[in-house]
Amino acid sequence: MNFTTQIVTGSDTFAENRRAMLARVDELRGLEQRAADLSERRRDRMEARGQMTPRDRQAALLDPGLPFLQLHSLAGYLTDSDDPAQSVPGASVLIGIGYVSGTRCMVVVDDSGIKAGAMSEMTAAAFLSAQEVALRQKLPFLHLVESAGANLMEYRVDLWSNGGKLFRNLARLSAAGIPNLAVLHGPSTAGGAYMPGLADYVIGVRGNGMAALAGAALVQAATGEAAEERELGGAEMHASVSGLVEYLASDDAEAIAIARDVVARLGWTGSLPAIDRKGAPPEHPPDELAGAVPVDPRTPYDMREIALRISDGSEFRDFKPGYGAATVCLQASICGIPVGLIGNNGPIDPDGATKAAQFIQLCGQAGTPLIFLHNTTGFMVGTRYEQAGMIKHGAKMIQAVTSVDVPRIALYVGASFGAGNYGMGGYAYEPDFLFAWPNATTGVMGGAQAAGTMEMVARAGAERRGEAVDEDKLVQQSALIAQHFDRQAGAFYTSGRCLDHGVIDPRDTRRVLGLCLCTCLEARARQVRPGSYGVARF
Amino acid sequence: MRFDTILIANRGEIALRIIRTARTLGLTTIAVFTDADAAAPHVAAADRAFRIGTGPVGDSYLNADRLLAAARDSGAQAIHPGYGFLSENTGFAEAVAQAGLVLIGPSPEAMRIMGDKAAARVAMIASDVPCLPGYEGPDQSDEALMQAAERIGYPVMVKAAAGGGGRGMRLAETAEEMHAALASARSEATAAFGSDTLILECALTEARHVEIQIIGDAHGTVLHLGERDCSVQRRHQKIIEEAPCPVLTEDQRARMGAAAVAAAQSVDYTGAGTVEFLLDGDGSFYFLEMNTRLQVEHPVTECVTGLDLVELQIAVAQGAPLPLAQADVQITGHAIEARLYAEVPANGFLPATGPVHRWHPAEGDGLRIDAGITEGQQISSYYDPMLAKVVAHGPDRDTALRRLQHGIAETVLLGCETNAAFLADVLAQPAFVTGEATTGLLAQAYPEGFTAAPPEPQEVAIAASLLLQDRRDRMATRAGGIDADLLGWSGAPLAPTSLRLRCGGELHEVKLRVCGQVWQAALGEAAFHIHLTQCGEQTVAEIDGARRSIHAHLGAGRVWLASKAGQRVFDEVASYDTAQSIETSGQVVAPMPGVVLNIECKQGDRVAAGDILLVMEAMKMQHRIVAPISGQVAQIGVTAGQQLDAGTEIAEITPDVDQGK
Repeated sequence: MNFTTQIVTGSDTFAENRRAMLARVDELRGLEQRAADLSERRRDRMEARGQMTPRDRQAALLDPGLPFLQLHSLAGYLTDSDDPAQSVPGASVLIGIGYVSGTRCMVVVDDSGIKAGAMSEMTAAAFLSAQEVALRQKLPFLHLVESAGANLMEYRVDLWSNGGKLFRNLARLSAAGIPNLAVLHGPSTAGGAYMPGLADYVIGVRGNGMAALAGAALVQAATGEAAEERELGGAEMHASVSGLVEYLASDDAEAIAIARDVVARLGWTGSLPAIDRKGAPPEHPPDELAGAVPVDPRTPYDMREIALRISDGSEFRDFKPGYGAATVCLQASICGIPVGLIGNNGPIDPDGATKAAQFIQLCGQAGTPLIFLHNTTGFMVGTRYEQAGMIKHGAKMIQAVTSVDVPRIALYVGASFGAGNYGMGGYAYEPDFLFAWPNATTGVMGGAQAAGTMEMVARAGAERRGEAVDEDKLVQQSALIAQHFDRQAGAFYTSGRCLDHGVIDPRDTRRVLGLCLCTCLEARARQVRPGSYGVARF
Repeated sequence: MRFDTILIANRGEIALRIIRTARTLGLTTIAVFTDADAAAPHVAAADRAFRIGTGPVGDSYLNADRLLAAARDSGAQAIHPGYGFLSENTGFAEAVAQAGLVLIGPSPEAMRIMGDKAAARVAMIASDVPCLPGYEGPDQSDEALMQAAERIGYPVMVKAAAGGGGRGMRLAETAEEMHAALASARSEATAAFGSDTLILECALTEARHVEIQIIGDAHGTVLHLGERDCSVQRRHQKIIEEAPCPVLTEDQRARMGAAAVAAAQSVDYTGAGTVEFLLDGDGSFYFLEMNTRLQVEHPVTECVTGLDLVELQIAVAQGAPLPLAQADVQITGHAIEARLYAEVPANGFLPATGPVHRWHPAEGDGLRIDAGITEGQQISSYYDPMLAKVVAHGPDRDTALRRLQHGIAETVLLGCETNAAFLADVLAQPAFVTGEATTGLLAQAYPEGFTAAPPEPQEVAIAASLLLQDRRDRMATRAGGIDADLLGWSGAPLAPTSLRLRCGGELHEVKLRVCGQVWQAALGEAAFHIHLTQCGEQTVAEIDGARRSIHAHLGAGRVWLASKAGQRVFDEVASYDTAQSIETSGQVVAPMPGVVLNIECKQGDRVAAGDILLVMEAMKMQHRIVAPISGQVAQIGVTAGQQLDAGTEIAEITPDVDQGK
C-alpha cells in the first residue's frame, strides 16, 4: 500500500521541529564535549610522560574512515552532580563499536584524563553493558587500560560486590570463544589488575604500564614491605618475570600498533557469509528526521513518517493497517536487511497488542529482526479496555517480545511510558540494542499524570477525613511530584543511568540501525569455538 | 650493400628509437636483451628478440661474440650499435665486418682515429681544424706533461686519450694540482679504458659546448646539419641540449660547419657523427672531439631540420648517396632536450635504482618524448641511468622552453628517484632562460649542490589523505564491505588520526579527521578539506573546492605523488622505534643449567647486540650466549668449566648511552 508523507519540509512546523530537535542534539554534543574538554586538560601531563591521551589512543586504534558507533557517551550524567551545568557525562570511559584492522570490535578506553580513570558506579554499569553486548554480538573485546581503580572516596559495599561481574564477564567472553585484549597503558591496580589478568592478550607499555594487586602504598600498609613500583607491577617485569604481559611495547603508539596487529591475526573477519549490505537509500532523506517529528511527545505523529526515512527506498508494506490502527506494524528493509518495524501512533489497545504479538511471532518464524519505535503513553486504560482484556492482550505482547528469538533493536523516538515500554521491548527486555533520541521521555507515567493521580488521592483522603483541602499545599505537592517524575524522564537523565546504549542524533538513525543489524546478523552467523573455561595463562 | 633485417645492439630509448624508423622503412628489427631487461619495452617493440645474458654488460650488451651470435641466429645482415656500449669500439666494428655484416656507422679506421684523442688532435691540426693549445705527445712522463702544462698555461684540462663521457678527465687550476690530476686521471683511465695515455688542453671554463651534427655517405659527400648547444653539463655529462645555439651567428655557423665537414673528411667519414667544439666568449671555437655515432641529443637536430637521422644512417649504410645537398638543410625554429635520469641529485647525482610504478609521459604540440621504460619495470644498476629524453620544439626558443618546462612538469614517473625536479629548476635558471648558459652554469647556480624544495603543505595533506583512504579501503574490504553511507561516519566526533610523514629528510606531522568521504587534514596552522576519488589511473583531488587530477602510487606506508617538480615520496614514520621493544636489559643469565665451555669476552670489552659472550654446554648441546644489547661488558660472573644453574647471572652489559629510554 502507499503512504504519502504529510511532512512539508519547507513549512514553518518543519523548521520549528528541526530547530528544536537540533537544539537538543547540540545540547548532547555539548555534554560530550564537556567530558572531552576536561580530559584534554591532562594532555600536557600525559605527553610529558610520553603518553597519548585516551581519545588519541582511541583514534589510533580504530580504522580511519570506518564507522564508529559510540555507546554510553552520557553514562553517569547527573549522577556525579545534580547540576546539569556541572555534571560531567561519560563516566571516565569511552565505549563504542568500531573497526580495528577491518574487524568489528567492542572498544573500551579508560578516560584517564578524568579522575585518572577512576571507576564510579556508572563506569561499572557502562562497562558491564559493553561486555554484555560484546558477548551477545561476538565482538572481540578491546580494552585500553589506565585506571586509578575504584574511587575510594565513593566506596560503597554494593559497588564492590557488583564489581566482580566485570571480571566474570571477561572470563565468560574468553570461555565463549570471543577473544579479549587489554593494553596496559598505565596503572591497573587492585581489582583492576584482573582486567589484564583475565584478558586473553595483554600488551604492556614499558615504563608506564603497571598492574599489581596492591600498589606500593598498600603493600607498605599491609606487610611493611617497601616495594618499588616497577618491580611490583611494571609492564617489563610482567613481560619477563610474571608472564602476565604477552607483548611489550615501547610506547602507547607501538602498543596500539601491536593491538591492531593481534586483532588482524585473529582472522575474525574471514568466517562470515557475505551479507548483502546494499540497500537503496530512502527516497526521503534520513536528514529530514530532525524536522519530521515534533519534539514535544504530546503532539502525535505517524510512525510511518520515520519508516519512510529509514527504510530502503522508502518502501514498506503495512501489516493490518485497518486493525489496531494505533499500533503500526511494517515490513521493510534497512541496508538490505529485511526487518519488522513496530511503532506507536498512540496508546496500545487490545487490538494493537494482539496485532503486535502476532507480528512479533511472524518475524520470529521468519527470523526477521525487529525494530521497535517507541512513542506510546502505554497500554490503553479505562473500563471498556479492561473489559476487552487489555491486561491479557498486553501480556501476550510482553510474552512475545520476551521470547522471540530474533535480533531486537529498540528506539525511543518520543514517549515510552508504563507497561507499554515493556510490551515494546524496553530496557528490561534486554534488546540487542537500545537507543534514544534526545527528545525521548520515559517513565512509569508522565509527571502531570503522576501529580494528577496524587492530587486525586489527596482530595479523596481529605474528603474521607472530612477535612478541607489545603489548596496551596496541594499545588506545591503537585509541582514537586511533577518535577520528581519529569526530572527522571528525559533521555539525557536515563542515558546517564545507562538505561539505554546511548542517545543518538535522529539524522543518524538509519546508519545506527544498519550497523546494529549487521552486527546482530553477523553474530548469529559466526561460528565461535567456546570452551568449558576461558583461556588460561599458565 | 642492401639489408632487410637489423639487429639493434642496444637497449632502452635508443633501441626503441631505431626500431621506430626501421619499422617505417619496412625493415625487420631484432632486439637483444638480458634477464634484467626481460620486461624492458624494446624487447616487446622489436619483431624478434634474443636473450644475450643475465644482466652485467660484459656478458651482454658489451659482449661482441654474443651480439654476433644473435645476429647470425636471427639472420640480421646489419647491426645498429646505437650509442654507448660498442658503438665506438673499433674491435667490434672490425668483427662485424669480418662476420660479413654491415655496421651502421663509420669505418673502423675513422673510429680508431677519433677514439684516440691524441691521434684526433694530430689529424685535426693537419686539416687546419682549430684546436686548443695542448699536448698530445708520446712522452707521457710527469716532467713532459708538467712542462707542456706550463707552456699551455693554467688552468689545464687533463684528459684520457681513450676517454669519453667525462671519465678520465681532471681540471688542474695550478701546477700544484697538476700532480694529483695526472695521477687520478691515469688511474681512472686505466680502469675505464685500459690505457693511461693522457693529453692536455688549455681549459676554457666559461665556454659553451657547441657541436655540429654531420652525415657522410660512401660517395664522399659530407653535410653538416647545424649545431647543438650542450653547455649545461654535470660531471662533464650533458643534461640539456638545444638547437640552434642561442648565440651562434650565421657566419660562425658556416665556419664551424665547414670545420666539422673538414674534420669528417679527414677520416673519410661515413654515417652520422658529431664534431664537438668549445665556443669561447670571443667567438673563437676549438675542436674538442668527434663522436663517431648517433648522439643521445640527436632529436633536437631532427626537430629543427625535419630530418630523420636514423633513416639517413640506414640509407648511407645501404650504400645510397645522401638524398639532399647542403643547401637543402634548413634550420626551422628551436628545439631543447632535457634528459631524465634515474639518479639522486641531492646525493651528488648518484644513479638510483628502483621500480617504475607509474610512467605517464606528457603529451602536447611540439613535444617529443623518447623513452625506454615501461610501468612495472625495474630500473637496475647494470645500465646507464638515463630513462627518457623530453624534447620540445617551437617556432622560437621561448616557446620551445615553455613547452619543455610544461613537458617536464607534466611527465609523471613514480617509483625510482629521478632528476626531474633538478631539470625543472635548471630550466628556470635566469642564465638558461636568457640563453646565456655556459659549461659553468651548474657550478655557479648550485655551489652547494641541488636540494629539491620541500613539499607544499597541500601536497603533504594529499599524501596523508591518500594513505588513510587506502588504509580505510583495505580495512573496509577486509571487513567484507562497508556501506558508502557509513564510511567516515561516527556517532560523535573522534580525535584526529596523527600521521608522521617523511619527505626528503623532513618530517611532517599531519592530523586527519574524517567527515563522510572528506578528509580534514591539519598541518600546524594550515588546514585542508580533501575529497579523493579515483578516475581511471588518476586520482581526482578536490581540495577546498579546487579540483585537480593527481598521479599517485601507494605502497606499504609509502606514497609517491607526482608534483610539478618531479615526484614526492612520503614515508609513514612510526613515533616509536620497534627495536626498542625487545628486551634491553644488560643482565645476562644462564637460560638453563649447564657447564661453561669457553668465555669469549672479557670485562671492559665493547660488544654489539648479538655478539657471542660465552658458550655453554647443556643437554648435550652447545649454546651460544649472546649480548642482548650493545654496550660494554661491565662484569663477568662465571669462569670456564663452572657448572651453572638456570638463572645464574653470567654477565652484565652497560648499555650504550644513546640506546633505549
